[in-house]
Amino acid sequence: MQRIYLDNAATTKVDTKVAEAILPFLTENFGNPSSIYSYGREVKSAIEKARKSVATLLGANPGEIFFTSGGTESSNMIMRRCVNDLGVKHIITSPLEHHCVLHTAEDIEHLGRIKLHLVNVNEHGDIDMAHLESLLENLKNEKVLVSLMHGNNEIGNLLDLVTVGNLVKKYNAYFHTDTVQTVGHWKFNLHELPMDFITGSAHKFHGPKGAGIVYVSERVKVKPFVAGGGQERNMRAGTENVTGIIGFAKALEMAYENFDADKKYISDLKFYLKKKLEENFEGLIFNGRSGSENSMYTVLSVGFPKNEQTEMLLYTLDMDGICVSGGSACSSGANAGSHVIQGIYKGKANQSTIRFSFSKYNTKEEIDKVVAALQQKIGSKKVAVANS
Amino acid sequence: MPNFPIYLDNNATTPMDPRVLEAMIPYFTEKFGNAASRNHQFGWVAEEAVDYAREQVAKLIGADEKEIIFTSGATEADNLAIKGVYEMYAQKGNHIITVTTEHKAVLDTCHHLEKQGAQITYLKVNAEGLIDLTELENAITDKTILVAVMYANNEVGVIQDVKKISEICHKKGTLFFTDATQAVGKIPVDVIKDGIDLMAFSAHKMYGPKGVGALYVRRKNPRVKVTAQMDGGGHERGMRSGTLNVPSIVGFGKACEICMTDMESDNARISVMRDKLEAGLTQLEESYVNGSREHRLPHVSNISFKYVEGEGLMMGFNKNIALSSGSACTSASLEPSYVLKALGLGDDLAHSSLRFGLGRFTTDDQIDYTIKAISETVTKLRELSPLWEMFKEGIDLNKIEWAHH
Repeated sequence: MQRIYLDNAATTKVDTKVAEAILPFLTENFGNPSSIYSYGREVKSAIEKARKSVATLLGANPGEIFFTSGGTESSNMIMRRCVNDLGVKHIITSPLEHHCVLHTAEDIEHLGRIKLHLVNVNEHGDIDMAHLESLLENLKNEKVLVSLMHGNNEIGNLLDLVTVGNLVKKYNAYFHTDTVQTVGHWKFNLHELPMDFITGSAHKFHGPKGAGIVYVSERVKVKPFVAGGGQERNMRAGTENVTGIIGFAKALEMAYENFDADKKYISDLKFYLKKKLEENFEGLIFNGRSGSENSMYTVLSVGFPKNEQTEMLLYTLDMDGICVSGGSACSSGANAGSHVIQGIYKGKANQSTIRFSFSKYNTKEEIDKVVAALQQKIGSKKVAVANS
Repeated sequence: MPNFPIYLDNNATTPMDPRVLEAMIPYFTEKFGNAASRNHQFGWVAEEAVDYAREQVAKLIGADEKEIIFTSGATEADNLAIKGVYEMYAQKGNHIITVTTEHKAVLDTCHHLEKQGAQITYLKVNAEGLIDLTELENAITDKTILVAVMYANNEVGVIQDVKKISEICHKKGTLFFTDATQAVGKIPVDVIKDGIDLMAFSAHKMYGPKGVGALYVRRKNPRVKVTAQMDGGGHERGMRSGTLNVPSIVGFGKACEICMTDMESDNARISVMRDKLEAGLTQLEESYVNGSREHRLPHVSNISFKYVEGEGLMMGFNKNIALSSGSACTSASLEPSYVLKALGLGDDLAHSSLRFGLGRFTTDDQIDYTIKAISETVTKLRELSPLWEMFKEGIDLNKIEWAHH
């Protein structure tokens, strides 16, 4: 059975060219980059080349890019070091964040180090800007970190980085944005953008797992999160994951190579699926902004009316070889349901959620097969979802 | 002629075994799923691969697979163990005992905690590189929550008496953590027999990939807990969040499996070559083997060549032989090794040391070449050295009053 993979927000297939770029560093170029003989120096120079390439593509300076084990470590590092090194006493974030931000903020609050403030969101998953401003206004004499994600992994909402960032900067707060879903899918020019910190993860854009970055703007100085041998200019100890670093850079380079064409191709697939779903099923809703043009072109979150057939959809689709998800992969094993879906509908969600997330490897033919499978499983023209 | 360059720095990192690479390859492009995706095939395949690797890793160290927490490497595992115990057992106390010759990943973490109010005792070592067990026992108080002693040292290869150390710890009611990065896969390590409560190790020191390691956390007798240092999706039973690095974990598992089957035959071969190398190089006058020769990893030799600068020495054969004059993490600096100084070596001997780390792929003709090349370089450099000349003339260099400038 030919499997159809539409869970690219969870992870993506490594691009063959990325795998090829990694290979020599798994075999002949195996040196420890800290070693001073040729084996080490060659690898060190490859790492610095990768850093430069990543920095250039993101519009940052090489000195602002640090390699980590992934997005989760990056976000943990930023939030914990802001509290330890910058004297941050308040963190403002949203209930729709990825758990690596939300749980970290909760943990730091639990340790008694900060007060956590959650900004209100509406039923579309939009940030309540007036509420954000009032939170900042109330805390204007305090050291504050605002952490709001750029692209939501479940509902595809995009944050207006400039508007939010300028507001945050107006109140002299630090601004972190979890860009794990958008690095490689959205063009950043960090020189021009108001963020102090962003994070990225290679496996979300056809790079290897276990490889991430953190961008720390030159404006701020923080200390290392993992202590040890002084790698990454003393910011992140541990023998460098050389293949991860090389793979990160290569994957980002590949992402930019055909950026516009890939974006259009993927976006067309998403809206083709949306159109087909609307034609064939009644009572669907598209969660958050994922159904609109102003959202991540890689994610479509669909609420099916809840009933016996739709409740089992994830599993019955899987039996047909169709891989989709109900939400974030990290919590997909839990039965608690998605905190994002519950967050936007204030706990009153009454739907079976399917998140479709796309990549350049998907095809229109696959979309047709998915629609046919859905028709077979739930039939067409169902009653409307009641989310009230 | 042997194959160049000759790699004798297997304590810094090891070349990956081709069998490991073969096991990893499918997980990049075909079986690329997120191991946390619970509702489709790609996720299951990845999860199964991780589970299998976890068994392979656990088996090598005599643990249960539920006791293995995958991390991005030994440094992260060291951080998680020490910071995690410090936070989890804060009620009991704030005292940690470690050793001056530990890896930086342990020492820097302890320094970090010291700033937050931890009491740290740094045990000294004797000329052999071993700690004094009575001193350890006396250092443990009712506030001691952790004893962190490495299994085998990265610079001199000295193996601590882990079994005795753990007995003392358990008698005194404290947890025992060991950074076993250099030992696991190289010599038999068994967490039950050795009485280990927490243990950090990494794949790239045993012919596996970089960027992956593990922390062993004992689950019974006693049940040990650590506070997570990274929050997120609650992976690794809540102790270490973050999408699992599936291909590297698969590689780690395979590397462990190979170490298990090949350890005995590898060591039989490698230790003969190591002994040959050592016998050859200690033929040179004024050359000294550093650290215990009895309690030592079978593939490691650390030798000082008096009156010769280690860095200068390396330049003499750098093109053909890759090795280190200190731990790789600090080899970019010219400070003499703190480990060798802790063993009581003066700056002169510490500066003139070379660390030889042999490995699975080291060949006999490489060792022959190395003995020859290093002997020649040492002899040549000494011929140019006024200190050597003075030594040969019988002048006691320690009694000379040097002019200050």
